[in-house]
Amino acid sequence: MAEISSMHIECIIDKDDFNAAGEASSRVKKSLNMLGIPPKTIKRIAVAMYEAEINAFIHGGGGKAVADIYPDRVEVLISDEGKGIADLELAMQEGYSTAPEEVRMLGFGAGMGLPNIKRNSDELNIDSAPGKGTRVKMKFKLS
Amino acid sequence: MKLSEAAAALPGKVLTGDFPADPEISTVYTCDLLSRVMSMSEKDCIWITVLTHLNVVAVAQLADIACIVIPEDIPVPESTVKKAAEEQICILSTPLSTYELCWRLHDLIKGKTEDA
Repeated sequence: MAEISSMHIECIIDKDDFNAAGEASSRVKKSLNMLGIPPKTIKRIAVAMYEAEINAFIHGGGGKAVADIYPDRVEVLISDEGKGIADLELAMQEGYSTAPEEVRMLGFGAGMGLPNIKRNSDELNIDSAPGKGTRVKMKFKLS
Repeated sequence: MKLSEAAAALPGKVLTGDFPADPEISTVYTCDLLSRVMSMSEKDCIWITVLTHLNVVAVAQLADIACIVIPEDIPVPESTVKKAAEEQICILSTPLSTYELCWRLHDLIKGKTEDA
């Protein structure tokens, strides 16, 4: 039988509402706060998840954020059906960005999103191909 | 130094009203690249930025930032102020430049540490 998570959070990342991007990470952060998880661990999870949500908005044309909180870990999946990542190795390099000028004007697109996700997660799996969308799976230990 | 003490010592206005949370200020961070702010800023810091859109509040909330300081009297949208107040994050608007703010806050925080 599949393990049942203690808490399940699901949010749509609306392609037309930039202000709502980050809703899922904010909800996960508040839930972890209530569970008494150490603030440094919560920050790692919230930052990685927020970066992935923003990426799904900017590059993926919106998508979905799903988080499952277990007693010993948090699992997050951010998925979109957007244009996908052509060269993942290049995309993982700090400073490399394909973000459009209008989002750079808002302080995004510094080419630090994926490196930030990698640095803050304990396990990271990115499944993407041009035209096939992107699925970012992250795992965080809670100990 | 408490956030309310730092705010009182600077010219300008606290847009979010009173201080529902009034933490001890850890340090000051200034940057307008949001990913960098999230990865480098410290809990309970004062963050100086010229950005005023709603995502700035989301970043402050996720990074446990105590106060956003907007320099040079840059107008802050009402929606940003409202969201910050909901999240118990202070927004301070000031006529000072980022340089002047860093200089003054450094002296304030340093002075407080030396007093202790």
